[in-house]
Amino acid sequence: MLQEFMSYLGSNLPPGSAGNQLWALIYVFVIFAGVAVIVLCMNWIERKALAHFQIRLGPMRVGPHGLLQPFADALKLMLKEDIIPDEADAVVFWVAPVIGLLAAFTVYIVIPFGPSQAVTDMNIGILFMLGVSSLGVLGIVTAGWASNSHYPLIGALRSSAQMVSYEVAMGMAILSAIMMTSMNAAGTGTLSMIGIVEAQQQQGIWFLFKFFPLGFIAFVIFAIAMVAETNRSPFDLAEAESELTAGFHTEYSGLRWSLFMLAEYAAMIAVSSIAVTLWLGGWMHPFPNLLHGPAWEFIFSLFPGLTFGALAAITFIGAARMPSHSFFRIQRAGLAVFAALIGLVALLLLVIAVAGRANDTSIAARFREGIDYVYWFMLKVAVFMYLFIWYRATWPRYRFDQLMKVGWKVMLPISLGVLILTAIVGVLLP
Amino acid sequence: MNPLLNTGAAPVATPFFFYLLAGAAILSGLLVITRRNAVHSALALIVTLLSVSGLYLMLYAPFVAGVQIIVYAGGIMVLFLFVIMLVNIERVSKERQFNRIWPVGLAASCALLAVFLAAFTKGKDLFHDRPITLPESTNTQQIAGYLYGEAGRIGQYTFAFEIASLLLLVAILGAVIMTKKKI
Repeated sequence: MLQEFMSYLGSNLPPGSAGNQLWALIYVFVIFAGVAVIVLCMNWIERKALAHFQIRLGPMRVGPHGLLQPFADALKLMLKEDIIPDEADAVVFWVAPVIGLLAAFTVYIVIPFGPSQAVTDMNIGILFMLGVSSLGVLGIVTAGWASNSHYPLIGALRSSAQMVSYEVAMGMAILSAIMMTSMNAAGTGTLSMIGIVEAQQQQGIWFLFKFFPLGFIAFVIFAIAMVAETNRSPFDLAEAESELTAGFHTEYSGLRWSLFMLAEYAAMIAVSSIAVTLWLGGWMHPFPNLLHGPAWEFIFSLFPGLTFGALAAITFIGAARMPSHSFFRIQRAGLAVFAALIGLVALLLLVIAVAGRANDTSIAARFREGIDYVYWFMLKVAVFMYLFIWYRATWPRYRFDQLMKVGWKVMLPISLGVLILTAIVGVLLP
Repeated sequence: MNPLLNTGAAPVATPFFFYLLAGAAILSGLLVITRRNAVHSALALIVTLLSVSGLYLMLYAPFVAGVQIIVYAGGIMVLFLFVIMLVNIERVSKERQFNRIWPVGLAASCALLAVFLAAFTKGKDLFHDRPITLPESTNTQQIAGYLYGEAGRIGQYTFAFEIASLLLLVAILGAVIMTKKKI
């Protein structure tokens, strides 16, 4: 076992491709834990950001600035009674959230956080992601049906119609990006997620700017379709509160309900990473072909540490600005400790960045490289996650016929046109 | 570059996985035809389709496996469920089946069994043993070569493929005309 553990350390392949099951398992656990933590953070950030958009304070009571609110919520959901309605189809009711969760988490095995920082690299990577994430709708449909209640059923019907419609435009947008990967000497493209990022590196351009504005339009189509795919506002007709109470998960409570939430956020991260991989250069830092060499590498490797340092500084300022009443003493101390922890992480990252520079073959150098890749990937994903919140705060919900009209009569023709134009330009230009 | 060849990793196509997937496919296939509740049948059918896609993966055909998931399990079955959910299940499950076509079904499945048996017993003569070269890494490109042709030549199956797409187009037009009252 130790030998299997050590044998992978020098490899440049993802553990799945290198055939190292132990490390693949470690990666799976790290990703699962990471996504769970991100979902907790997103829960807090979403409530807080939405509140500030609407000039409210948001959660303020549980912990300083409501920082412990997600934990309180998680505890509540775990202790809450888990009701299965009398008339519900118990087996399907039980299976539905599991289907959704499985579909949302299975796609993570091909997401490339770095050239070797993925569970595995599949030859059909993007196809696999699309296929498995399209299984997520089954969870919603079965949940709506199994509840044996009107609102969930209507929510499920809406959501399945919506997801099937937007998948088409989404697929066309993805195809035009995949087509761009074949603009090389050999003339063969790739479906592998890692291969797509490497193609962008080779061609020296993010596909967002390739054949401007074709790549950009395809990206915008995808960015709209992915919001519809994840059932987020303004496309959240499946759970429209004003019409359907809570849509397909009206009858769910407790842990099962939280599984749906977990699946929704996991799917949001997954589709964001598809967008990042296909159009935004994946794990690459900005201008990788222009700004390279040891000096630039060192500067870019400082970014993760500096980001965490900035977060720690903001938290310290927050602690300092707490009201001076004695009632807030514990909260202030807690926030200061939290800031110190973030600062410690920042310090660790900076130490790794500096240590990795001294000796290029050491473990520290590999760590620095890996942190660098994951940092830039996650930074781009984080932008999308914030956009999801921003959309929700900005736009009113679509009406169902408008939604269908936009999907079939606007997005699909545009994406088809972009696909054809990309093919023509790709043949004519080089 | 094929990672499987480079590192000498253990192949995934072990008998254990074959029997697991085949068993799951058969079991859920039986569930499809024995459940009275149509939604349960549909869910079992999804399990069957996913197991079959796993079998494709074991045959080093990842592209077909991916398409199987995306088209059948993800697309068609969602539409199936969509339609079934609109049917009043309770009434349907109490009603007796009124069609008496099981002799036809039996004959059809016997014929299919005969084909399978023939393929199983005479397979060595019918199909050539061919070494699989770089199966996983170029699978998609190979399929594209067969369907669309490569290096300036028309592919082996280009004509059949185009005919099939024409048929699909006709079917789509038919569906549009049937649902539209005035065009």
